[in-house]
Amino acid sequence: MPRGARDPLPSGDEARLLTRYEDVRRALSDPRLSREGATGSDAARITDDDSDIFNSPMACTLNAVGHERWRRMLSRWFTAKRVQALRPAMERTADRLLDEMPDHGHPADLVSHLAFPLPVFVICAMLGVPEADRDSFKGWSDTFPSMAKYSRDEVTTAHREFEEYMAALVADKRAAVSAGKAAEGEEDLLSLLITATDAEGRPLSGEALTATGQALLLAGHETTAGFITVMAAHLLSDRRRRQRLLDDRSLARQAVEEMLRFDPSGGFGMIRYVHEDVELGGTVAPRGTTVVCSMSAANRDEDAFDRAAELDVTRSPNPHLAFGAGPHSCLGQALARTEMQAVLDVLLRRLPTLELAVNGAELRQVDGLLTSPPAALPVRW
Amino acid sequence: MKVTVDEARCCGAGQCALIAPEVFDQREEDGIVLLLDGAPGSRVHAAVREAASVCQAAAIRVSETS
Ligand code: HEM
Ligand code: SF4
Repeated sequence: MPRGARDPLPSGDEARLLTRYEDVRRALSDPRLSREGATGSDAARITDDDSDIFNSPMACTLNAVGHERWRRMLSRWFTAKRVQALRPAMERTADRLLDEMPDHGHPADLVSHLAFPLPVFVICAMLGVPEADRDSFKGWSDTFPSMAKYSRDEVTTAHREFEEYMAALVADKRAAVSAGKAAEGEEDLLSLLITATDAEGRPLSGEALTATGQALLLAGHETTAGFITVMAAHLLSDRRRRQRLLDDRSLARQAVEEMLRFDPSGGFGMIRYVHEDVELGGTVAPRGTTVVCSMSAANRDEDAFDRAAELDVTRSPNPHLAFGAGPHSCLGQALARTEMQAVLDVLLRRLPTLELAVNGAELRQVDGLLTSPPAALPVRW
Repeated sequence: MKVTVDEARCCGAGQCALIAPEVFDQREEDGIVLLLDGAPGSRVHAAVREAASVCQAAAIRVSETS
């Protein structure tokens, strides 16, 4: 693909596609480009409705709050130390889910019984979403990213119901907090955020709290579930790779990074709006250009990674862009990394009894050609 | 080995603190990097180098001169 090609988006608007590592990294970190600008009226749109989460009313509410202020208020819940403290609970949950898998029949699907429920459980526990509500949440979250599968009405309804649910949850928590009823130990993120203030002593508005809850629930599980699936597939499909990791368990961390880098499904890429002329990919992107940063292409750029097309679990250092870069880089990356490491550890511990229940052709698909994480991953034990 | 960090560049996502927790931590209130040890022992040099080279904000500087 030529550098910085101009490509029509599904909406019909044009944007410049960036595929080289250095260009993508620069576009994501350079202050002359912004994500907020990409929701403006003269920016190219990805689709011609507002079902994209970064163009939704939720995203607009968050933009209005002020991104830097919002991020600073939230960062404390996503530090390495905080998420490390959650790791034992993640491993227990993964073990329990695997223990329960035989109850679901044989072969069982690793996606619906491990890769999906684990991140939902982790983010719901963090936010303080009651366990009983998690199933309705699954229905909504299935609807959002599948614009092709559901009608526009269905997507709009799901968005509305999800917002109403979150607004009600925030109201409940606010009532509990102000009545001093938030029981001991009920220190979930949403309850604490109700009374939190920024550096100037201002709290977040009710709408901003609702939008934050929605954003974290959505951001927190879909991608993570996809990556857990891909990781399990890579692990179960290649005996040598598996043995390498069993022989040296300290490789788990690097292995997770390599699965993140290697993923070819990174979605469409991140969009950015150019506020001032900037040189990208050897030419000037004039002010007003919309660029699409393909992280998955960048992560396979031979100029940035030796043998970029090979999955090498010992690769180090591995400065991949799966979590983006710059001021919007994934806030939940320490959490996502820790979830993936916890699952990898648990799988390695249980491996001798766990194997894929699909054949070679399907495996090859899993191992490099897929464009999105497999919808199901049948396993037996 | 001498290590310095640039708080203004840091985006607070904590990759350094996951890789080399002996050397990097994060501020409790906003996740920005905290340098725990500016002259770490050789046992952690590899981890520190890795942290510096994967920090997308280029907020970590390592100088190898003892
Ligand atoms: C493997 C799993 C994950 C991947 C690959 C991933 C990837 C990304 C990427 C690429 C961005 C940048 C968006 C942009 O530049 O416009 C992002 C942003 C974000 N992610 Fe993640 N993410 C993952 C898991 C999570 C988790 C578990 C959470 C926790 C709630 C989370 C929360 C967020 C938030 C809040 C943002 C917006 C940050 C901001 O705008 O400042 N992500 N993620
Ligand atoms: S890796 Fe870099 S950007 Fe991330 S917390 Fe550490 S210093 Fe900050």
